[in-house]
Amino acid sequence: MTAAAQINGFAIDAQNLTRRFGSFIAVDHITFDVKTGEVFGFLGANGAGKTTAIKMLVGLLAPSEGVAHVAGFDVHSQREQIRRNIGYMSQRFSLYADLTVRENIRLYGGIYGLPPAHIEERTKLMLDTLGLATNADDLVGKLPLGWKQKLAFSVALLHEPKIVFLDEPTGGVDPITRRQFWELIYAAAARGTTVFVTTHYMDEAEYCDRISIMVDGKIAALGTPTELKERFGADSVDDVFVRLARGAKKGEAA
Amino acid sequence: MQTLRYLLRKEFLQVFRDRMMVTQLLLMPIIQLLLLGNAATFEVKTSRMYVVDRDHSETSRGLIDRMQASRRFNVVGASPSMDVANDWMLRRKTDVILSIPADLERDIVRTRNGAIQLVLNAEDGAAAGVTQSYAAQIIGAYANELGAELMPKVSGHPIEVRARGWYNPDLDYRDYMVPGILVQLVTVVGTLMAAMNIVREKELGTLDQLSVTPLSQSTFMAAKLIPFWVIALVELTLGLLVARFVFHVPMLGSIALVFGAAAVYLIAALGIGLFISTLVDTQQQAMFVTFFIIMVYLLMSGLFTPVRSMPDWAQWMAQFNPVKHFIEIMRAVLLKGATPRDVARPIGILAVFGVVALTLAIREYGRRIG
Repeated sequence: MTAAAQINGFAIDAQNLTRRFGSFIAVDHITFDVKTGEVFGFLGANGAGKTTAIKMLVGLLAPSEGVAHVAGFDVHSQREQIRRNIGYMSQRFSLYADLTVRENIRLYGGIYGLPPAHIEERTKLMLDTLGLATNADDLVGKLPLGWKQKLAFSVALLHEPKIVFLDEPTGGVDPITRRQFWELIYAAAARGTTVFVTTHYMDEAEYCDRISIMVDGKIAALGTPTELKERFGADSVDDVFVRLARGAKKGEAA
Repeated sequence: MQTLRYLLRKEFLQVFRDRMMVTQLLLMPIIQLLLLGNAATFEVKTSRMYVVDRDHSETSRGLIDRMQASRRFNVVGASPSMDVANDWMLRRKTDVILSIPADLERDIVRTRNGAIQLVLNAEDGAAAGVTQSYAAQIIGAYANELGAELMPKVSGHPIEVRARGWYNPDLDYRDYMVPGILVQLVTVVGTLMAAMNIVREKELGTLDQLSVTPLSQSTFMAAKLIPFWVIALVELTLGLLVARFVFHVPMLGSIALVFGAAAVYLIAALGIGLFISTLVDTQQQAMFVTFFIIMVYLLMSGLFTPVRSMPDWAQWMAQFNPVKHFIEIMRAVLLKGATPRDVARPIGILAVFGVVALTLAIREYGRRIG
């Protein structure tokens, strides 16, 4: 836990947050909080309800029940304010493949209302950091997957949000790129951005300040990686996960 | 406002980067207009005529000569037997039977009145109506020449020909059809483009990304509407140029009024497309729904069949058909030189359509993204 977290309190807090689809309960009364400046890992098998939970937090889905605050704003009534304060990178690559790198950055800069000079400056900085300077005018669709993911992450941070939500950002990416991706995450956290990240790579969980493990729509465990390993007498987060997931009714079987 | 500029730039970049799209948008409608403008006509060039002449007089031969000389009819066979004639008709070897009774000449000389019979193949009612009118014209002129009354008695074959009030022998069908076809093209392209657009972003996942930004619903919808609105107006301009210089369609009314009406109409047409796009989940669904709606709109628009000859319920429904109103405006302004006052009512109706369609689209989009 960083010093900033202790001073500012919570970036996210959720109480009994629930989402039903008909009779199916995708997210079942989850309660948790994320401290400001923290890298919070949101773990779970496919189908455990991670994406549904994240969609409720970013305002893409209305919760069926429960309350949650993101950056201090209510997910039911203050979505507009939430949107100004968060960045979001979805599971699916969602930059425009038929626009160039530069055009994508400019578009999102414009949507967040950044002044043109500021967009220029951020673009240059971003391209240099990512090593994409020579590819600025390439269509994004033509870039390798790893580069796309890093670019999407940087674009999600363009407007310097307080919190960034990453939904399986490293899916399908090679280990070296995953490593580089986590360096970007740490860099963002070091600048004070709260990072809420879902993953099913358990080695990545070890990089988080705290993690929660979702099983069948419920949070089965929550704590720092060290705490959880001790509590379950396990060698790794992977081990903890396997023990919890074994009791699952849906999830990986689905 | 500044946000809108960035979004518009994005939409235009995406449209013009897709070469296939540009071809579809600008070239295909022009080709279609050239094709349909020449092909879609009610005009019947030459009908085959079978003659049953039981009179064999100077008068009856004179009538047959005039039929042949008009080039509207080509006499393909003759015999005194109506049975043979009917047989030709059944085997589709002739389109029309001209039956001249014995004593035609005598009747005309005595009473200045005569009756002849026309039998038409009315499987295609519109064509039969046109053919009948051509024949009536020739018979009428011939009767004048003789200083007599010649009453053609018409019967359809296999069905009765109904009298059709819309036919006007002086009207050039091309003038009548081209403005309508132009409306059809602008409608299909505009509505389809709009309908495919938002759902495409849904499929790609980029819509979710936009939905978590502070972008407002109306700015988003404006950014989707404006590019297609501009493109459709450009398309209309090209189409009008083709209409003017290739088809020589008269443009009696104000062109500014045509564009004014089009500007309003396109908001309705694109609004419907955008509403469909927010409702459906895949581009395929969008395409099917759009085609269904456009088909109904077009077939009930009065483009091919006059609204006045539709049953009451269909006429009532046509009031809710923006395509019908815009075709009426186009024909009225171009062909009749209608003034803004003349077309204020349909333009008003279109404006209401536009507002309703856009409101629905924005509300549905808002509902979807929460």
